[in-house]
Amino acid sequence: MNSIQQIFQKQDQNLLSIFFTAGFPELNQAAEIIDKLGRSGVDFIEVGLPFSDPLADGPTIQHSSTIALKNGMNLDIVFKQLEAIKDTNTTPLVLMGYINQIIKYGEEAFCQKVVDCGIDTLILPDLPMVEYEEHYRALFKKYGLTNVFLITPQTSEERIRKIDELTESFIYMVASSAITGAKGEISQQQIEYFERIKSMNLQSKLIIGFGISDHKTFSKACEYGNGAIIGSAFIKSLDQKGVAGIEGFIQTIKR
Amino acid sequence: MKYNPDENGYYGQFGGAFIPELLYPNVKEIEDNYIQIIESEEFQEEYKALLKDYVGRPSPLYLAKRLSEKYGATIYLKREDLNHTGAHKVNNTIGQILIAKKLGKTNIIAETGAGQHGVATATVCALMGLDCTVFMGEVDIERQAPNVARMRMLGAKIIPATSGSKTLKDATNEAIRYWIQNPETFYLIGSVVGPHPHPDMVARLQAIISEEMKWQLKEKTGKENPDTIIACVGGGSNAAGAFYHYLEDEEVELIAVEAAGLGVDSGESAATSQLGEVGVIHGSKTILMQDEYGQIVEPYSISAGLDYPGVGPLHAFLHDTKRAKFMNATDEEALQAAYELTKIEGIIPALETAHALAVLPKMDLKPDQTIVINLSGRGDKDLETYIKHLED
Repeated sequence: MNSIQQIFQKQDQNLLSIFFTAGFPELNQAAEIIDKLGRSGVDFIEVGLPFSDPLADGPTIQHSSTIALKNGMNLDIVFKQLEAIKDTNTTPLVLMGYINQIIKYGEEAFCQKVVDCGIDTLILPDLPMVEYEEHYRALFKKYGLTNVFLITPQTSEERIRKIDELTESFIYMVASSAITGAKGEISQQQIEYFERIKSMNLQSKLIIGFGISDHKTFSKACEYGNGAIIGSAFIKSLDQKGVAGIEGFIQTIKR
Repeated sequence: MKYNPDENGYYGQFGGAFIPELLYPNVKEIEDNYIQIIESEEFQEEYKALLKDYVGRPSPLYLAKRLSEKYGATIYLKREDLNHTGAHKVNNTIGQILIAKKLGKTNIIAETGAGQHGVATATVCALMGLDCTVFMGEVDIERQAPNVARMRMLGAKIIPATSGSKTLKDATNEAIRYWIQNPETFYLIGSVVGPHPHPDMVARLQAIISEEMKWQLKEKTGKENPDTIIACVGGGSNAAGAFYHYLEDEEVELIAVEAAGLGVDSGESAATSQLGEVGVIHGSKTILMQDEYGQIVEPYSISAGLDYPGVGPLHAFLHDTKRAKFMNATDEEALQAAYELTKIEGIIPALETAHALAVLPKMDLKPDQTIVINLSGRGDKDLETYIKHLED
């Protein structure tokens, strides 16, 4: 059982996951951010690998990537930082990056580094299912890594079923057909979509992301999924209040 | 044929559709329909009629006598510069706008670098009465003011791309993001790049260039094929069109010319095949310019139409299999070639096209060699640059 599956075994409701970009706001803050998030009661953390051309991210996260890259962040530094806290950090980590970073780093070398950091789950938003099945599934399996797929309001039932079959931990359920970015509201249309997915009785756990920004949207998402991911709203908080504001931010979400 | 993509959109190891799940339904809709639409009689009739009466095709295949004399070969110019809107770009936008209409789309989006594709898109949107939104890098908006004005006059809305380096690559990112958020729009992509099936769709629509070359050359010379075809490559749409019907005629030498900028090894270049490595950009696995950690590098060329950090997957395949020979020309060589063509043939080529002309002095030409150079665009848009460098 991997680190994320263990989380779900302990608790499968109201799980809070936070996304942040490694290297933002400052180059060497990842360890401190992870530590503070863990102490504040975050269940698992997505660490974003900053990329120059992040197609699936909105302006807030893209901005954080640009700053992180300007700060000199790169894959070797991220891996070094994460490996250093491997034995002390108790909050499971998920890596989120783009496929070009893996191809360029060397697919095998990348996977080995991820394992060395004690991480077993990846989110690669531009890795489509067909590529996963034909190539990456075998590669990831060799290193004991699992891949998280995304579904959206436009994903067909047939495709969701197939993704459910391929999923070993959780499905990242995109709350709206929009790029990430804090919205602050969950519409009736979104609720209908959440209900539709819930009624499919998938074997996979569901974590809802995109547009989750505060206590209200988080609680609403948790009614339909096993938990939710907050990204842009957290990045904004980091931007404004720095690491000192982390505990307060998480408290407002969890209340 | 072996140069068509396979069912997953691959040319050899290049291509595919590396797209976020968010984009899957949008791309799938086109993939499921594009070939059927393009091959339908209804489409072909309308497309060919518009190309003839609106664009002014067939574009002439012109024997450039003085250029031929100078270089000691028989050189023909395929005059895409004479098309309506001034370049080959309109072949693609006419075709895609008909596909968009067939799919019931009323909102069109496009990316543009120099503004040529933006103008060609705004033009066909005006023609069809469809809404047009063009994404353009903030830096390019400043550099290409006349084209921005043309697009606005044609009724297009211009959205500046303010992220990253604020040029073509970022305009493309912004267009794709907008498409994700507005799946009902039609993304009218300007080159043989992007996720499958876009590279193949654009190549099929630009293929009219080589389709005409085939019969025109036969009519003029009695020859089935030229010995050599030369075209410039940024993303690669004019080259794809000029090569398309000759890909299987292995005896025809295909030469793709990239922009070397200040020199391939100067750090200021856009010669992707020389400087790039395999990776994924804008949803396609291809050769691209990147740093050691896979961050995409901003290319440089004097020509805003060639400074793309990747190359279409078909071209990556042609390079990999050596079916096409990749050459390059610097800013300076391109400028000289443009001045030369202007002086001896009375044709001012686009800066992009000038790169294709600039390899002539570097080639070992034979008197009986028949060469076709795809004269992809005219130089009106580049006059400011040409005048500035003439004075220097």
